[in-house]
Amino acid sequence: MSTATRTPGRTDGTPAAATAPAPGTGSRLLRWWPAPVLLLLAVAPYSALPLPGLLDGPVGSPGSLQLLATCLMFGALATGYDLLLGRTGLLSFGHALYFAAGSYATNVFLLEAGLPFAVAAVLGLCSGTVLALLLGSVSLRVTGIGFSMVTLAFAQAGSLLVSRNPGGWTGGEEGRAAPAEALPSWLVGIDHTANLYWIALAYLVLTLGVVRWAVRSPTGRVWEGIKENERRVEVLGLRPYGFKLTAFVLAGALAAVGGLVHLLLTGGSTPQTTTSDFTLSLLVMVVLGGSGTRWGPMVGGILYTWADHRLGDLAGSGAVAGLPAVLRVPLSQPLFLLGVLFVAVVHLLPGGLARLPSRLRRIREENR
Amino acid sequence: MSTIVLLTMTGLGLGALYFLIASGLSLIFGLMDVLNFAHGALLSIGAYGTWWAASGNLPGAGPGGGGFVLAVLFGTAVGTLAAVVLELAVVRPLYTRPREQVLATVGVGLAVPALLSGVWGSDARTFPGPEALSGTFGLLGADVPVNRLVLIVAAAVVLLALRLFLGRTRHGLVVRAGVEDRAMVTALGIDVRTAFTLVFAIGGCAAALGGALGGLYFGSVDPRQGTSLLIFAFVVVVTGGMGSVTGAAVAAVVIGLVQQFANYYTAAGLGDLAVVVLLAVLLLVRPRGLTGRLA
Repeated sequence: MSTATRTPGRTDGTPAAATAPAPGTGSRLLRWWPAPVLLLLAVAPYSALPLPGLLDGPVGSPGSLQLLATCLMFGALATGYDLLLGRTGLLSFGHALYFAAGSYATNVFLLEAGLPFAVAAVLGLCSGTVLALLLGSVSLRVTGIGFSMVTLAFAQAGSLLVSRNPGGWTGGEEGRAAPAEALPSWLVGIDHTANLYWIALAYLVLTLGVVRWAVRSPTGRVWEGIKENERRVEVLGLRPYGFKLTAFVLAGALAAVGGLVHLLLTGGSTPQTTTSDFTLSLLVMVVLGGSGTRWGPMVGGILYTWADHRLGDLAGSGAVAGLPAVLRVPLSQPLFLLGVLFVAVVHLLPGGLARLPSRLRRIREENR
Repeated sequence: MSTIVLLTMTGLGLGALYFLIASGLSLIFGLMDVLNFAHGALLSIGAYGTWWAASGNLPGAGPGGGGFVLAVLFGTAVGTLAAVVLELAVVRPLYTRPREQVLATVGVGLAVPALLSGVWGSDARTFPGPEALSGTFGLLGADVPVNRLVLIVAAAVVLLALRLFLGRTRHGLVVRAGVEDRAMVTALGIDVRTAFTLVFAIGGCAAALGGALGGLYFGSVDPRQGTSLLIFAFVVVVTGGMGSVTGAAVAAVVIGLVQQFANYYTAAGLGDLAVVVLLAVLLLVRPRGLTGRLA
């Protein structure tokens, strides 16, 4: 997979030029659109607004908040993963490992060492980050598809280790529930779903902020250079290894935070989060939304998670059950629909959903 | 002694199964730079096709004797057809974008197992097989299941056929040349795209055959089977050097044996772990694989 000869992003609509605001007060105000959206998301738990079709109950109900929080968490996780895929051009198949490490390590510190939650959380995050540092420094010694394979191998090793249940720490196939008595009381129970929702929202804001800051930093510019043409970065006298490792560790640390949020959200660690399928679903989210864009991976993650949950509900509903088998069977499988949608997006919409507005605009201008 | 013989035969049988998946995977990667994530799905299609035919849904096919051979042929044919459709409909339109080709196969690899579990349920189905293949035979004092032998023979036949095809035919020559230097082959005025479809058909055929015979080996089929085997097939492909069929055969035997022996003599599951760690170590020491080729 040599990407060196291609110059992506330059030929099909330069992103910088497309998103640069035209002068004028209106567009200057428009630049602040994330603020009201964030405000709306922050006050969502107080809302009793029903969104039929989108959510099962009113927005503020625990069930809906749980789903929304999961969506936000995956949006953040996909954004962090894009730091590797879309910003540095590293195709890692092992991102699930650092997510699972954050979740499992925190859980083990809580259960086995009996540490207070705050200490366990910090240690869990450190474990995930150190793991990313160790394995990243090893995997990045090979490039291209070799890197993808080594990360896949490490993640698979982690997955096998978790399902082997060493010392009874990971709980094997069943996973392990977090001890409710060791967690702060405001994080446990269905009455406190709103708190978990705010934590997930905070994680999303944190990830978006960190990614934006990192990409705009001098290191971020080198990442972009590595993505476009690694050889040229070397010729300029920079060693790509250190920069790639920085991206890998930063993404790993963000994933570990995500694992912690997931632990709180679901009340335990599950082995499903260690599998290569989990990383592949992250890949699907990022590409669906638009790799290498600011909002794309987040949109992809939210949309994918929401669709995965809601399509499952749809399959159980009467509307689908009454259909003939030819239609009912594919519709009852969320992964089938998402897989097909993904293939369609890769074919028809290079650049993902984030490119959709600029594409529509171009079509409209051509028709004028 | 009998334990060692049994472990060796089982390891070789598993290696044969890995080879059936990895040979096509390796050729496809070598020629097209596409890591085919849908290859496990092709195996599942072959397995389900055979299961469906052998369960009495195809006239003439059945669980015993000639009927089973027909069922295996049917499953393999369906898998080959699926591979050709995959290449023509999904991979070819993305010819100039290698990374998107990989992503598209990821999507197919997610969708097909989901569809299979939608149609036939996500639980494992018992795989019907002929009486003659479900027994054991004596070898150096060990009772070895016959299905191991079937897999080994099938893999050997596929290896021989692939060697003959690559070494003695014109199409094989184009494929070999394409693996070496695709741009040069195109510059010589040969349409490599025919070779793309061809390697997909060959790879799909081998994988589907692996699925059909793997059903005998495992005794059941389930939608996730192909995907879980795919990871070990990747290990084989990388270890053997991408694009090399003989390398894949050697690596498949090594990986199968290491996995079986480690699983038996240490703790269960540790063999699988040993194999993936082996891959990581090997890539770090020799980034180009055993045979020294990495496209």
